Amino acid sequence: MTAELTLGPILFHWPADKKRDFYFQIADESPVDTVYIGEVICSKRSPFFESYYEEIAERLQKSGKKVVFSSLAEVMIPRERKMTEGLCSVETCNIEIEANDSAALYHLRGMPHRIGSFLNVYNEDTMEFLVSKGAKHFTLPPELPSSVLKILAQKARALDVTIEVQVYGRVGLALSARCYHARSHNRVKDNCQFVCEQDPDGMTLNTINGTPFLSINGIQTLSYHCLSLLNELDDMKKMGIQAFRISPHNHDMVKTSSLYRDVLDKTISPKEALVKLKKTGLQIPFSNGFYHGTDGYRWIKSA
Amino acid sequence: MISFITQLFLGKIVRYISQTRPDIFNRMEAHTDKVFLIDPVNLPLVLILKPQKENPSLTACPRHKILKYDARISGTFLTLLKMIDGQLDGDALFFTRDLTIEGDTEAVVCLRNALDDVDGSVVEDVATLFPLLGTPTLSFLRNIKN
Amino acid sequence: MHPKKIIPPELVCPAGTPASLRAAVDAGADAVYCGFQNATNARNFPGLNFTFEELQNSIAYAHNHGTKVLLAANTFPPAGKTDLWKQAIDNAVCLGIDAIIVADIGVAVYAQNKYPDQRLHLSVQAGAPSIEAIKYYCEEFNIKRVVLPRILTIPEIKQIKEEIPCEIECFIFGNHGLMAEGRCSLTNYTTGLSTNMDGVCSPASHVKYEEDENKNLTTKLGEFTIDQFSCSQNPGYPTICKGRYLVPHRQDAYYAFEEPISLNLANLLPDLIEAGVHALKIEGRQRSRAYIKAVVSSWRSAIDDVLEGKPPHISDLLALTEGNKQTEGAYASKRWR
Repeated sequence: MTAELTLGPILFHWPADKKRDFYFQIADESPVDTVYIGEVICSKRSPFFESYYEEIAERLQKSGKKVVFSSLAEVMIPRERKMTEGLCSVETCNIEIEANDSAALYHLRGMPHRIGSFLNVYNEDTMEFLVSKGAKHFTLPPELPSSVLKILAQKARALDVTIEVQVYGRVGLALSARCYHARSHNRVKDNCQFVCEQDPDGMTLNTINGTPFLSINGIQTLSYHCLSLLNELDDMKKMGIQAFRISPHNHDMVKTSSLYRDVLDKTISPKEALVKLKKTGLQIPFSNGFYHGTDGYRWIKSA
Repeated sequence: MISFITQLFLGKIVRYISQTRPDIFNRMEAHTDKVFLIDPVNLPLVLILKPQKENPSLTACPRHKILKYDARISGTFLTLLKMIDGQLDGDALFFTRDLTIEGDTEAVVCLRNALDDVDGSVVEDVATLFPLLGTPTLSFLRNIKN
Repeated sequence: MHPKKIIPPELVCPAGTPASLRAAVDAGADAVYCGFQNATNARNFPGLNFTFEELQNSIAYAHNHGTKVLLAANTFPPAGKTDLWKQAIDNAVCLGIDAIIVADIGVAVYAQNKYPDQRLHLSVQAGAPSIEAIKYYCEEFNIKRVVLPRILTIPEIKQIKEEIPCEIECFIFGNHGLMAEGRCSLTNYTTGLSTNMDGVCSPASHVKYEEDENKNLTTKLGEFTIDQFSCSQNPGYPTICKGRYLVPHRQDAYYAFEEPISLNLANLLPDLIEAGVHALKIEGRQRSRAYIKAVVSSWRSAIDDVLEGKPPHISDLLALTEGNKQTEGAYASKRWR
């Protein structure tokens, strides 16, 4: 079976035109098999892109890509509850829903759906229960070490469902009800004026002595480091993990996804791909610590 | 020079605690081999605590002596005593800088939690343990209770 | 005119050791929550928590005084290690625990299938702040009470209460975490120990305090500096979401998430009771019995005041709070967000 390459939802607040152009380019030039669309971080951002979804979904599907709609990661206020209910009740042919909050699970029971990385699937029992409610595909939480991934991959095979793991991009580490982008500009969430648009890859938080540490994306806190599991792809394929997720950033995603495709297809080595990946634009160090069961920000060299 | 009597006094306290409250040592888990320097900043001496389960020791040393330790806990004598006696909250003392911690933080937290799981008053027990102590000492110790 | 009938809320108090549990019971707790000495609970700290025998004796003590005991089994077992969590559930049921507080779906499935009569509460770690999320857990796992995250205003809590089929428990005092509970990997990113899987947040094993000759205190977690305090400032514990950081558009380091501060809803107590909240929860299983005694007795008398129709008198608990500052957080205003 060929490994599937996916493009996760855009986590950052990019201007609508930029997003549309980005998806058109992905449709035309990227080797990814599946594209997740939809606003997962902030319900306030959602209206900006609402009118484009149909067009980009169609364009992506025409170029042979599967389209999945990701639900909001944090559902609390009426607007967010309505958004989630609306999304889950839509009779969208060919578009699967990825649930990222238990409010979405409430609506999706009994229907085929996907489970996103914001839901806590840590063990076989949780996976089995969610499958009994209609889950077909799981993108696992990024903090899981390979030892846990391995067991979950076995369980997924037994349950006849598939597993996906993020292999590129900053790693989502936390969510909050408070908007830290607004806070950094002395504003509150209701009056944020969408300052998060200024940071298309997130706003870097440095420690007091100047060490880059985390990055802020509205209500989300991400790693400063950029996850890269190029060296680990082969291992994961052997475990039975079928899908690998690139999380979009503000640099050449066509090239980035092509490098991952090439490594999955064994046309170039992970080592060579890493050298090339460093030249694609994101000027931040790589990490892979979570996979190796250690501090997430660390980079563990392959043997 | 720390008097022989002081060392005997400290030794008796720690042996008494280990006999009457063995649970403290169970709670110390991986930290029974650690050396704690307890530093009452307003006294001329410091205390060295080795909470080994079979052979715990508490000894006094002159302040100027260079000592090896895993963790150091400093505060005024009264602050430390009241914390050990369960009358003051260690976190609150830290938040107000009445208590300073240095070195192996986990060992300190573990010791604090272990000592906190003691019903009644260690101070009261010690006061009872030394019926021959002078009245001023006893009333000082008992006053701390109030 | 008759005053509106109010339901007496349950005062739910923390205990990290048997001595703390007895202190909470003696100070007037209606229920005490605690955990076993392992990763099955979210306060898996060194020297803290209960052995099987300690819990057995503690439940006996509490029940003799008419106090309930709840077990926090509120972490997420990683695949391959679920037996530890199942054993915790088995042990707690065998000891006659009054309720088990769960977060993981797999753990809830196990408890519900094996012990259908056992009362289950949904931990704040499950991350269920909406009506639909709460209904999901109630309908699927027969949850009897939900512990709400500290991110809702009182009108929002009221609204939720009207539409869900279970009881509501709210935090009223203690640590004020900023991240959505059960969805935070900041500690694992920094230390290699996971809040969800290992039950730790800023573990002491990775905490360093460094004081320089001018008494400036630097607090570090792993390799990263979390904050610095001059000799006149009140330090906090190096929790990542309470640290000070630099960003390009601000000149000085600032509390990017929240300052070291504690939640204290003393002034909102009548509103919470009026909203029909079933249980009021004090945070702090990691705190000393001195803290438990002071905080529990203070809230006991305040609740009793409200129930007697008197204005609540809350003695000053500021000295026990982190940073010596307190907040009503999200409960008072949406502007907190």
